[in-house]
Amino acid sequence: MKTYCAVFGAVSLAVASHAFMVGSPLTGVSKAPASSSTVRMAVALPPLPFEDTALEPLISKRTLDIHHGKHHAKYVTVTNEMIKGTDLENASLEEIVKAAKGKNQGLFNNAAQVWNHNFYWNCIKPNGGGKPTGKVAALIDRDLGGFEAFRKQFAADSNGNFGSGWTWLAMDGDKLKIVKTSNADLPLTQGMTPLLVIDVWEHAYYLDVQNVRAQYVDNFLDKLVNWDFVNANLA
Amino acid sequence: MAIELPPLPWDKNALAPHISAETIDYHYGKHHAAYVTKLNGMIKDDPAYAGKSVKEIMLAAPAGGLFNNAAQVWNHTFYWNSMAPNAGGAPSGPIADKINAAFGSFDNFKSQFSTAAAGHFGSGWAWLVLKDGKLEVVSTHDASNPLKEGLGTPLLTCDVWEHAYYVDYRNARPAYVEAWWSLVNWEWANARLAEA
Repeated sequence: MKTYCAVFGAVSLAVASHAFMVGSPLTGVSKAPASSSTVRMAVALPPLPFEDTALEPLISKRTLDIHHGKHHAKYVTVTNEMIKGTDLENASLEEIVKAAKGKNQGLFNNAAQVWNHNFYWNCIKPNGGGKPTGKVAALIDRDLGGFEAFRKQFAADSNGNFGSGWTWLAMDGDKLKIVKTSNADLPLTQGMTPLLVIDVWEHAYYLDVQNVRAQYVDNFLDKLVNWDFVNANLA
Repeated sequence: MAIELPPLPWDKNALAPHISAETIDYHYGKHHAAYVTKLNGMIKDDPAYAGKSVKEIMLAAPAGGLFNNAAQVWNHTFYWNSMAPNAGGAPSGPIADKINAAFGSFDNFKSQFSTAAAGHFGSGWAWLVLKDGKLEVVSTHDASNPLKEGLGTPLLTCDVWEHAYYVDYRNARPAYVEAWWSLVNWEWANARLAEA
């Protein structure tokens, strides 16, 4: 029997009748395996945290099926192929990303894209968006000039992120910042703590709004952002 | 004087089924057109760029929005001309000999170019260039191109930004690259080679 841990935290263990969660950033839970039989660890594709129709009509089922089922899934497959037989074979996703950075561009691209997409799915939810409350709201007021200024800047940095990439809200030390990255890059490897991300690779929105990235960005900010996840990342 | 969006060299239906009219409507009518509009907005009050061609602006502009828009105007015009209806297949003319000389065979060249195009990570372009008298395959990121990077004289290009293929092929970029070979415009390539 295989048991999969589909928690964001990057490592899934498939061993007959045993499973454990490793280093989930949401819960910090880490349990030892019940037995020390041969452990084969691999990077897993987490399921979407919502139904594939749940974000209609803003992000269609059609987009989610391809974005998650093809793009994200392929990054997982390629990462596993690349780490097999290497000393990263049993490493956590975060360890793989950090080890590959600057050393193995192909592995970095795929592993980081797994990480980024894992994070992204948790950043959106049905009936999300709008103004946050809690810790992130206070930080937005303190460091980014309030919600309106934050929204304007985040939208500008999402629309203006040229080419493929991601736009983030992240903690840099004790300061909240908006950060743009290109391709597979992520602020995690720059020593920052990611809090929120929007995927601005064209595959994230092309089937739904085609060239009108600004519409996708507005939908994200106004109707999809999962501020609970953002606050959990600050805990 | 404002930069103009050049007309397509063929009817928007002409590349179907390899590239649909719907894709052309978005790719040319929205993406390419928007780069022209943004470029004009950026240069209209700048005497440094008055009367300059797209190529001149692209080569002069530092990295940033002005370069991105100018280069993308230029890249897309080059791309439309790199394809044609009733074209594709194996090359003829001087370029065929140069391909055999540089790659051993057309099949080897096709394989190398396809790998570069399909394997390029993120947005960008795959190119056949003439560098120091020899043909080479190169790829560039985002708006960059071989002229800007000194990689050689462009002869052909394939756009691998996702907007180039997502409507027709979704995530299957290799299938789009395969279709590009049914469209490759060897006449254009031979013309660029002749003037290089």
